[in-house]
Amino acid sequence: MLRLALRMLLRDWRAGELRVLALALVLAVGGVASVAFFADRVRQALTREAHQVLGADMLMTADHAWAPEFRDEIVRRGLQRAESMNFVSMVRAGNETLLAAVKAVTPGYPLRGRLRIAPGLNLPDADTDAVPPRGTVWLDERMMAALKVRPGDAIELGRARFRAGAVLTLEPDRGVSFMNFAPRLMMQLDDLPATRLVQPGSRISYQLLAAGEREGIRQLEQWTRARLGRGERVDSLDNARPEVRAGLDRAQSFLGLTAMLAVVLSAVAIALGTRRYTQRHLDGYAVMRCLGAAQSQLFALFAWEFLLLALAASFAGCALGFVVQNLVAWWLAALIPGTLPPPGPAPVLQGAATGLVLLLGFALPPLLQLKEVPALRVIRRDVGPPRQAALAVYIVGLAAVFGLLLWQAGELKLASYVFGGFAAAFGIFAAIGYGALQLIGRLGRTGSISWRYGLANLLRRPRANAVQIVAIAVGLTAVLLLTLIRGDLLDAWRGRLPPDAPDRFLVNIQPEQRQTLAEFLERNGVKRLQTFPMVRARLVAINGKPVGAEDYSDERARRQIEREFNLTYLSELPSENKITEGAWFGPEDLEHGAVSVEHWIAERFGIRPGDALEFLSAGRSFSAPVTSVRKLDWDSMRPNFFFITTPALLEDFPASYVASFRAPAGDALLTLRLSQAFPNLTVIDVSVILRQVQMVMDQLIGAVQLVFLFALGAGVLVLYAALLATQDERTHEAAVMRALGASRAQVLAAQRAEFAVLGAIAGLLGSLGATAIGWTLATRVFQLDFIWNGWIWLAGPALGLACIVLNAWAGARAALSRPPMAALREVI
Amino acid sequence: MQAAGLSKVVPLNETSANGTPGADELVILQDISLKVMPGEAVAIVGASGSGKSTLLGLLAGLDTPSSGQVRLDGADLFGLDEDGRAALRARLLGFVFQSFQLLPALNALENVMLPLELAGEAAAANRAAKMLERVGLAERLRHYPKTLSGGEQQRVALARAFVTQPKLLLADEPTGNLDAATGAGVIDLMFELNAERGTTLLLVTHDEAIASRCGRKIRLAGGRIDGEA
Ligand SMILES: Nc1ncnc2c1ncn2[C@@H]1O[C@H](COP(=O)(O)OP(=O)(O)OP(=O)(O)O)[C@@H](O)[C@H]1O
Ligand SMILES: [Mg+2]
Repeated sequence: MLRLALRMLLRDWRAGELRVLALALVLAVGGVASVAFFADRVRQALTREAHQVLGADMLMTADHAWAPEFRDEIVRRGLQRAESMNFVSMVRAGNETLLAAVKAVTPGYPLRGRLRIAPGLNLPDADTDAVPPRGTVWLDERMMAALKVRPGDAIELGRARFRAGAVLTLEPDRGVSFMNFAPRLMMQLDDLPATRLVQPGSRISYQLLAAGEREGIRQLEQWTRARLGRGERVDSLDNARPEVRAGLDRAQSFLGLTAMLAVVLSAVAIALGTRRYTQRHLDGYAVMRCLGAAQSQLFALFAWEFLLLALAASFAGCALGFVVQNLVAWWLAALIPGTLPPPGPAPVLQGAATGLVLLLGFALPPLLQLKEVPALRVIRRDVGPPRQAALAVYIVGLAAVFGLLLWQAGELKLASYVFGGFAAAFGIFAAIGYGALQLIGRLGRTGSISWRYGLANLLRRPRANAVQIVAIAVGLTAVLLLTLIRGDLLDAWRGRLPPDAPDRFLVNIQPEQRQTLAEFLERNGVKRLQTFPMVRARLVAINGKPVGAEDYSDERARRQIEREFNLTYLSELPSENKITEGAWFGPEDLEHGAVSVEHWIAERFGIRPGDALEFLSAGRSFSAPVTSVRKLDWDSMRPNFFFITTPALLEDFPASYVASFRAPAGDALLTLRLSQAFPNLTVIDVSVILRQVQMVMDQLIGAVQLVFLFALGAGVLVLYAALLATQDERTHEAAVMRALGASRAQVLAAQRAEFAVLGAIAGLLGSLGATAIGWTLATRVFQLDFIWNGWIWLAGPALGLACIVLNAWAGARAALSRPPMAALREVI
Repeated sequence: MQAAGLSKVVPLNETSANGTPGADELVILQDISLKVMPGEAVAIVGASGSGKSTLLGLLAGLDTPSSGQVRLDGADLFGLDEDGRAALRARLLGFVFQSFQLLPALNALENVMLPLELAGEAAAANRAAKMLERVGLAERLRHYPKTLSGGEQQRVALARAFVTQPKLLLADEPTGNLDAATGAGVIDLMFELNAERGTTLLLVTHDEAIASRCGRKIRLAGGRIDGEA
């Protein structure tokens, strides 16, 4: 049986019967495997990339020196280690003194990401793998300018003297924290003892950095967390900066969804391929029945043939996927610095399993149907498999697709959404397509012969035409989604950080300083100054029930509840905030007092609209009901507040003010002048972080774009399979018309009418589908503003027409360029 | 109609398509010359595989010869391009394929209407229905080819060839699938056309009775004309 199946496979292959199906399979498996290969590797690389913001894969921070056991454990596990110590100290150069944020590091720091330095102020900077050499310190631009030093000049720190080295322009791990408001001085850790600055009681933060392969880091983190003492904490990416975390999440969702799209598109291509195959084999099947083959025998024969095909195609597909992803990784090397981690075996398995499941899912049902084909079909061609069975058996195929989606998504909800979305799209496409065909077919009773003939043809095979419309619409949806909408989505994503996003924060502004500060900034060319009042208060009770650290198991919640929150009061909702529950303050609330809570805090502390919160500030307590829960835009780089109250509630509490603004380009000394004019202010400069977030985001987007290409390939394949399905029929029709004396123009005109309608309907549906999915993704999944794209409504029908015209041309060409006999001989 | 020195040679397998002539080639027709006068009825007979269908296809310009000429109503068939030949067919020719070649997406009536519609005929449906009636298919107008029996399909194909009232009718085994009575009816129809309008008939047939009703009988063997009666 196996040998017979193999022989049949070879015969079918030689006769060209399997090429479409095999191609669909190879591309599907190749696509899924390379997306998996690639997504897997990019995910690893991206995670590592994102680790730049820690300067390591894992960062351990303590307010005292780390015990040797922690330091040794890193090395013992074969991981890389670096250390740093951070503190604030006065620095002197000549007559100038300045408070500096000192960071003393060991060689090798940072383990992830790179420092950038420049040989002098306002000179171009470059990456470096080094740390300051012994006896040398690197200063950032602000410090160089403030101390009026040049590289080579002497610097005093504590009891030691150093030489100023390069200008430090970028620290990958420099986050927003109050330690950082001072300008930076970086030195080598071994130079630190000489300064005698490390004394009992000095406020120093000790950091241990570790990096290495994923599993090792995971185990180290576990090991460390189990042994943490007071004042010690571990930072991994999960609690690193939210804006980078958000970007990474978004990139991973993009990748996952793209892979799912590839699965669905492959399924469609394979379904179309098997449909064609089984249609063409109905006759052969019936003939074999006539020749005396038993049903079970035939079923086994075809099943084996398909299994062999699936195996061969999966193998070829995986090989293709591997080659492609290597090419891409090679190309990507420029985009993502450092080598990509090697691929695991999972993608190969995933690709092969996808091929097998899809082919069997979609080929078995028609094969089971073939069993029902009566031998009578040889004599009476209309005797086919029973109709009602057709739908029932496709459920197997659909179940297979759902299974793959579930596997790919890793969660039931997302898989169900994607599956349901596609199922709905198919249903709607089919319904609209069928309805439109009926309508146009009935309306189109006027016009030239060719036009009428073509339109009438639409109705002559409504089922086949509807299938084709759906298939082309799905293919176009994918193509449009991955070209036009993709651009819009990515633009929306990029657009999260507007070029004029504030890059300086001022903290601790006293009420009486507000006016003079505003004037000072205006004189210095600052626009769009935003100021918020800030009242510090502790949350003491929820609904009358006192709360404390012991009420929460979450470590961060515990830490938070013990500290004071920064509250602000406003009557208008800040533009980057979105209400998710309840409503923003109404006139009633403004009069009686109310609180709006940030979503994440609400979740963590179990606060819902309607709850009453009690705060304690400067010895006075106040309480107010929660009227809304807000989501913040962490990407916005604006001051964000967990609690916002109505003005009446907080106005007579002692407040300071915070402000944000965008520094005018090229004014490196503004911050310095500012701190000289207002010595009590804390100036936080996030321009470097902004620059870095932008860089990471650009890299994420670049990688995501590449993965799109594969899904795009699958979409094009669907189009191809959809068109191929009717190609033979077109060729035959054209050849017969030619034999009956139709001119070239007549053949083309007759098909043109039909195709114009088919293409336009499919194209419009494609535009509709792409827009709907894009909108859903933007607003529901990625929380971005959806940008309406007008072009899509032109591009869809245009592409639809182009596809079909190409198809018509390919189908007709076979009949038009050759004598009709030759064409007829070919398709029969 | 006149054919001179028609030959059809095809490569035996794809690889020798542009190789040297000789060894790897199959000669289907060799140096066929014949002349058919308007209004004549000619039967072409011969064993299976002797090249009858190929010859008929060449005479209708559905296929191109390796060498030789066909003149149809004064025009050099292979001096024209495909479109020119198609126009000539539309004007002069009716053709019945051995394998019918009905369009599966069209019902019987629509299949027969097709050549009329292509010629821009106004009353296509009417004329097609009448023609189907004449071949005994008045009841099956709306049926699709795959639901028709072989003989019924053949009659639809005949009706499609007759409906334009061509000057020259080429039919490849037009009664091959028909019982004696129906076959005779169809043949009568053809000779009626021949008598009424002087339609020239060229029939490929295995049926000696039909062949003998034709004025001439050309016998093919091994791709050559083996004799004429
Ligand atoms: N394109 C082609 N390539 C290869 N062989 C061909 C081709 N066309 C025709 N032949 C061969 O030429 C020979 C003549 O074919 P043709 O169809 O003309 O025979 P026929 O006389 O009509 O036979 P029948 O009575 O069985 O219909 C056959 O052997 C056929 O296999
Ligand atoms: Mg023949």
